[in-house]
Amino acid sequence: MYSLAPLIVLFPLVGFLINGFFGRKIKNETVVGGIGTAAVALSFIVAVGIFVEMISLPVEHRSQIVSLFQWIAAGSLSVDAALQIDQLSIFMTLIVTGVGGLIHFYSIGYMHGDTGFWRFFTYLNLFIFAMLVLVLADNYLFMFLGWEGVGLCSYLLIGFWYDRNFEKGTTADAAKKAFIVNRIGDFGFLLGMFLMFSTFGSLKYETVFAQAGLFERGNEVIMWITLLMFVGATGKSAQIPLYVWLPDAMAGPTPVSALIHAATMVTAGVYMVARSSILYALAPATMEIVAIVGLLTAFFAGTIGIVQNDIKKVLAYSTVSQLGYMFLGCGVGAFSAGLFHVMTHAFFKALLFLGSGAVIHAMHEEQDIQKMGGLKKYMPATYKTFFIGALAIAGFPFLSGFFSKDEILWKTFADGSPWMWLIGALAAGVTAFYMFRLVSLTFEGNERFDHHHVHPHEAPKTMLYPLIILAVLSVVGGFVGVPHVLGGALGVHNYVEEFLEPVFAPANAKLHLPYHDSAGLELGLMAVSVAVGLAGIWFGRYVYIQRKDIAESAAKKFSGLYKLLWNKYYVDEVYDAVVVNPIKQTSDKFLWKIFDVQIIDNALNFSAKFIETTANIFRKVQTGVVQSYAVIFVAGILFVLGYLMIQ
Amino acid sequence: MQNILTYILFSPLIGILLLFFVNKEKKSLIKYIGIATSLVTFALSLVVYVGFDSANTHMQFVEQYPWIAGLDISYYIGVDGLSLLLIVLTTFLTPISLVASWESITDRLKEYVAFMLLLEVGMIGVFVAIDLFLFYVFWEAMLIPMYFIIGIWGGKERIYAAVKFFIYTMAGSLLMLIAILWLGYYASTLPDGYFTTNLQKLYQIAPSIPMNIQLWMFAAFALSFAIKVPLFPLHTWLPDAHVQAPTAGSVILAGVLLKMGTYGLLRFCLPLFPQASFAFTPLMAILSVIGIVYGALVAMVQTDVKKLVAYSSVSHLGFVVLGIFSMTEEGIQGAIIQMINHGLSTGALFLLVGMIYDRRHTREIAQFGGLAKVMPVFTTIFMIVTFSSIGLPGLNGFVGEFLILIGSFNSAFLGTHTYTVLAATGVIFSAVYMLWMCQRVFFGKITHDENKTLVDLNKREIGLLIPVILFIVWIGVYPSTFLKSSAASTKQVVTQMVNAKTGNVQSGITSTIK
Repeated sequence: MYSLAPLIVLFPLVGFLINGFFGRKIKNETVVGGIGTAAVALSFIVAVGIFVEMISLPVEHRSQIVSLFQWIAAGSLSVDAALQIDQLSIFMTLIVTGVGGLIHFYSIGYMHGDTGFWRFFTYLNLFIFAMLVLVLADNYLFMFLGWEGVGLCSYLLIGFWYDRNFEKGTTADAAKKAFIVNRIGDFGFLLGMFLMFSTFGSLKYETVFAQAGLFERGNEVIMWITLLMFVGATGKSAQIPLYVWLPDAMAGPTPVSALIHAATMVTAGVYMVARSSILYALAPATMEIVAIVGLLTAFFAGTIGIVQNDIKKVLAYSTVSQLGYMFLGCGVGAFSAGLFHVMTHAFFKALLFLGSGAVIHAMHEEQDIQKMGGLKKYMPATYKTFFIGALAIAGFPFLSGFFSKDEILWKTFADGSPWMWLIGALAAGVTAFYMFRLVSLTFEGNERFDHHHVHPHEAPKTMLYPLIILAVLSVVGGFVGVPHVLGGALGVHNYVEEFLEPVFAPANAKLHLPYHDSAGLELGLMAVSVAVGLAGIWFGRYVYIQRKDIAESAAKKFSGLYKLLWNKYYVDEVYDAVVVNPIKQTSDKFLWKIFDVQIIDNALNFSAKFIETTANIFRKVQTGVVQSYAVIFVAGILFVLGYLMIQ
Repeated sequence: MQNILTYILFSPLIGILLLFFVNKEKKSLIKYIGIATSLVTFALSLVVYVGFDSANTHMQFVEQYPWIAGLDISYYIGVDGLSLLLIVLTTFLTPISLVASWESITDRLKEYVAFMLLLEVGMIGVFVAIDLFLFYVFWEAMLIPMYFIIGIWGGKERIYAAVKFFIYTMAGSLLMLIAILWLGYYASTLPDGYFTTNLQKLYQIAPSIPMNIQLWMFAAFALSFAIKVPLFPLHTWLPDAHVQAPTAGSVILAGVLLKMGTYGLLRFCLPLFPQASFAFTPLMAILSVIGIVYGALVAMVQTDVKKLVAYSSVSHLGFVVLGIFSMTEEGIQGAIIQMINHGLSTGALFLLVGMIYDRRHTREIAQFGGLAKVMPVFTTIFMIVTFSSIGLPGLNGFVGEFLILIGSFNSAFLGTHTYTVLAATGVIFSAVYMLWMCQRVFFGKITHDENKTLVDLNKREIGLLIPVILFIVWIGVYPSTFLKSSAASTKQVVTQMVNAKTGNVQSGITSTIK
C-alpha cells in the first residue's frame, strides 16, 4: 500500500485539473461537485489503506519515504519531491481527507446555484492537494510548497465572491490581508530554512533530525531556527501577533471557513512544530515562547469572542483560541496531546462552521446573531448537531473536546506551570460561555428576525448528512485518546499517544519530562476544569435565554471593556497606524515623489544640464573664425616661450 | 551544425532582407515574414539547446574568424551554461513580441518589424560574443533599434524617454570601451604579449592585473552593466522607458535587455577581476538589497500599472545581482534561472498590461476595478503570472528567489546574513504591491461604465500567453531541466572565485599569453 501513497496527492490534483479546465463547460453541478468530492474520497480510501497496513507493521517499519522526483538541485542543495509516510503524516492525512471529503460533499448543497460553482470545487481540490503536500512532504522545502499553496487557496477562497463587500472593504481586502500576513510569517519560515540548511546542510527531515540529535539542549542556533519557523507558524495558525487575518477570512463561503480556516490549514503550524519536535525539544527558550504565545492567544481571542455578534466571527475567534491550546500543548512538550486536539477540533469546529452555514443559508445570508433567535423550532437537526458541537468544544465530560483539552491542561500543569494551567482553565470557561451565548442567541429565546422576509428552513440532505457524521465524531472521537487515569482501569488506552509515540520519542528523550504518578491530582484538576466549563455553559444559557438584561447592563457598566473587546483590542487599528500607513506614506510621499523623482532623477537631469551649459560656453570658443584661432595660437606660443625663458 | 550560432545570430537579417522587397501596404505579409523569421531563429536555438553538452564547462559551438588580425580582434562566438538559457529566452520572446504587436502597431509597420529583427541580432550577439570587441559592437548596436522602437512607436513622452535611455546607457558603455581597450593594451605589455580582446585569453591574464588598476577596470565594466540592470540608484531611466515604449518594446526591454547587465557582471566582472569583485562585493550587495526593498516600496505606490511593473523589475533584478555576488553555486544558479523567470513573468505582465491598454487606452489603476467579472480569462492568466512574480512555490519565481537567498545566506563572500534577511523582506513586499494592484484592478464591483463592455482575450492573445504560462509552470515544478544546463559552468565560476580568494593560484591564470 505504501507505494500507492503518491495517489493520495494525485487524486485531488487531477480533480483540480479536470474542474479547472473543463468545469466551466461541464455546467452540471452534480458532475463538477461529484468529481471534486470523489477526488478527496479516493485519497481518503488510499490513506485508510495505508493506515491499516501501517498498524499491522512492526513499529520500526512504519516510517517510509516514497520518492517522486528531484525538485530543486543546485550546488550542495538537493531537494526531492518525496513523501514521508509515517504515523504523524498519515494521522494528518486522515483528518484532511476525511473531514475534507465531508466538507466537499456538504458544499455541493451549500454552493448550489452559485455561478462560480466549478471554480469553488477547483480551488477546494487544489487546497486539498496543497494541504496533503504540506503534511506528507519529507523535507521542509517541499512542505513549504504546500504551506504557501494552502495560503494561495485560502486567498482565492476568501476572495471567492470577489465583487461582494465585506465590512469596510471588499472580500478581496480580506483575501489580500490573509495572504500578506501569512507572507510575513513565511519570511520567518524561509529564514529558518536558510539557517537550518547552513547548520545541517540539508532540509530533509531524516537528515536534519538525525543530526539534531547530536546537539546539546539549549543550543543557540537551534533556538533561532525553531523561533524563526515558529514565526511562520504564528502566521499560518493565526497566533499572536499574526492572528489578525483569520477573523477577516470569514469573508469566504462558509464551507471554506470550516475546511481551511478551522479544520485543516490553520493547524499546519501545529503540525510543523510537532514534526520538528526534536528541534523544539532542543530549544527550551523557544518552547517557552510557544507555550506562552499559545496560552495568551487562547485567552485573548476567547475574550474577543464573548462580545462578537457575527456567527462566523465568534467561531473564528474560538478557532484562534483553540489553536492557542494546541500550541500550548506543543510548548509544554505534549506534542501528541496538541495533535489530538487538532483532530477533535477538526471534528467539532467543522461541525460548528457547517452548522453555522446551514443557519446562514436558512436566514438568507444573515450572519448577525442578534437578528436570529428561536431557530431550533425551524431547523431541529441543525440545532441538535450544533448543540453537540458546542458541548464538545466547551469540554463537556466524555465528549471529544473534553479529552483533548484536558490532556493539554494536565500536561500544562505537570510540565509547564500552575499559573499557565490556571489561565488555560479560565480560557476554557470563557469558551464555554461564549459558545453557549452563541447557541442561545441563535437557536433559543425569542425570534428576532423579520418573518416577512426570512423563512428559516432545515438544511437539505447533502448538508445535513455531513453534520450528523461530524456530530457523531465529535461525541465519540475522543475515545481514541482516553487518558490513563480514566481509561487505565477499563483497559482503554490513549491510542493516539501510543500511535504517535515513535515520532516524538527522540524529542521526549531530550525533554526528560518527569513521570507523574499523581492520579489524584490529575483527577482533581480535571474536576475543576469540568466545573469551570459547566459553569460557563450554564451561565451562557442563563444570561442569554432568561436574563438578557444582565448582559445589557454589564455592557453598560463596563462599557470601556466592552468597547475594547468589541473592537478586538484595536489591534488592526494599531497595525495600520504603526506599520501599514507609515510604510505606505513614506513610499509614496518620500521615496517615490521626492527621492526618486526629485533627487535621483533631477541629479541626472542636472548633470545633463550642466554638460549642456558648459558645452555652450566652450562652443563659443569654436567660432569658426580663422583669424581668432590664429591669435590664440600665437598667444599660446608666446606664453610657452615666455615660460621657458623665465625657467 | 558547425556554424549554427552564426545562423542563429544572423537569421533575423534574412527577414529584414525579405522585407526590402515587400510593399509596405502588405501589412499581413510583413507580419508573417517577421514572425516566421523569428520562429526559424527560435527553432535553430532549440537545436543548440538540445545539442548542448551540459557537463562540458568549455565554450561550445565555437566559431572563430580573424577580424582585425593585427590586433587579435576576431569574430569569436560560442555558448556555455551561463549564456545558453538567455539565448533561448531571447529567441523565445522575439516572436511573442511580434505577435503581440499584431494589432497595436499599424504605423510604419515594415520599419517596426525590421527594427525588432535587428534588435534580436544585437541581443543574441551580446550573449554569444566571446571577444570583448565583438561584444561591445553588439552591445552598442542593440541600442539603436531600441532607441527607435521607443522613439517612434512609443507614447506621448517617447522622445524624452528614448534619449534618456540612450544617453544613460551610452555614458556607461563608453567607460567600458575604455576598459576594454586598456585590457587589450595590458595584454600587449606582458612578455611576448600583444593586443587582444579574446575573452578566453583575457580570462587567463586579467586576474593578475595589479589591484589598484583592477578596481578601476571593474568599476568601468560594472557601471555600464549596473545601468543596464538597472541597479539602484541608476534605475530612473527604466520607468520612463517602459511607460513610453510600445508593449513589445517593454517585453524585450524587461525580458532581455536588462539581463545583459546581470549577464555582463557574471560573464566579465567576476572572472576577469576576481580581486576587485571581492572588494566591490559589499557595495554591490548593499545596492542590490536597497534595490529590492526600494523598488518594491516605490512599485507599491504607483498609480500606473506599467510603471508598477517597471519598478518591480528593479526589485527583481536586485535579487539577481545579489545572487551573482554571493558567488555560491546556489546563488549564481538561482540568479541565472531568475533572469529567465523575470523575462517570462515580467514579459508576460507587460503583454497583459498591453492588452488591457489596447482596450481601454489607459493604464491608471483607478480606471479599473471589477474586471474579473467581464474578463475572466484575462484575470486568470494575470493572476497566475502575478503569483509567479510573487514567487509562489510551484511556479518559476520561487525557484530563483529561493536559490538566490539560500546562496547568499550561506555565502562566505558576503560574510553576513544581514543582506539576505533584508532581501527576504522583498518576499513580503512583492506580495503587497502585486496583490494590492490586482485587488484594485480585478476585484470589487465595476465602478466605471467603460469597463462593463470590455471583451475578454481573443485566441491570438491567449495563444501567445500560453507558451509563457507553460514555462512558468514547468520551471516551477521541474526546474532541473533548466538548472542542469547552467550547473557545470556555474561551478567553474565559483571554483575560480574560491581559488582567487584562498590564494590558490589556479593553473590557468598566468601573466603571459599562451
